[in-house]
Amino acid sequence: MHRLRDARAPGRGVVNRSTFQVDGVLPTQTYQVTRTDLVRYAGASGDFNPIHWSDRVATSVGLTGVIAHGMFTMALAARALDTWAGASGRVRELGCKFTKPVVVPDDDEGVTVVVDGTVTSLTDDAVHITLEVTCGDKKVLGVPKAVLAR
Amino acid sequence: MPVDPSLAGRTFPPTEVYEVSQEKIAEFAKATGSTFDGHAAPATFPIVVALPAMNALMADPDAGIALHQVVHGEQRFTCTRPVVPGDRLTAELTVETLRQIGGADIIGTRTEITDPEGAHVCTAYATLVHRGEES
Repeated sequence: MHRLRDARAPGRGVVNRSTFQVDGVLPTQTYQVTRTDLVRYAGASGDFNPIHWSDRVATSVGLTGVIAHGMFTMALAARALDTWAGASGRVRELGCKFTKPVVVPDDDEGVTVVVDGTVTSLTDDAVHITLEVTCGDKKVLGVPKAVLAR
Repeated sequence: MPVDPSLAGRTFPPTEVYEVSQEKIAEFAKATGSTFDGHAAPATFPIVVALPAMNALMADPDAGIALHQVVHGEQRFTCTRPVVPGDRLTAELTVETLRQIGGADIIGTRTEITDPEGAHVCTAYATLVHRGEES
């Protein structure tokens, strides 16, 4: 996984407990995704569906090329949540629809996935966040939202 | 071939115990670019534990599911706590709903991930879209 400018500096983008605010817009997280990332994710997750690594198979089922695992894109959303929370292990709920495929070309640049988030409500023990996950001008996840433990 | 309508409501046998290692979480975290503090696994890691249960559903000869016709439509996790190294987890999948929309079968599944004492760790809800041959 390559990290672009937004995600590179340690601690950047962290929103600690005291600064989560309702209607607070969270710092944009930007991730570059290449074919190498998809192969690595296939191995780590155990999902070896060939549409995630073979153009031949991907095009045979009507895709324009190899696409990222939906669960990989969802994992990027989870990664952004960890960054905003400043720690892992705080996510209690995370859900989304897989609405548009993330097509990943066979080159060194790959594609860029952007994760934005807004705090929608705060309770004594939970932070509710709605996300927006885009690739180019397309929302690739439908109604992504999360609940974090405070 | 359509999906077997009697699939709705069916609960599959729990999976073999999955022993969660530090190395497996680290591998998954690296693959998603996530930071692993040695304790909490990334929020989507439970999919690794749920996958054998989902595969058992899709491989079941009575279910009538053709793997190449399946698309992952929706995913949701509801967790009591994060998965941590040393966890011994089982996954039990239930087909909650089965609907037909425009020639596709929409299969709503719920997979309960629990520890050896039966305590809840995470519920993974997956919606699988099984497209008909024509579409």
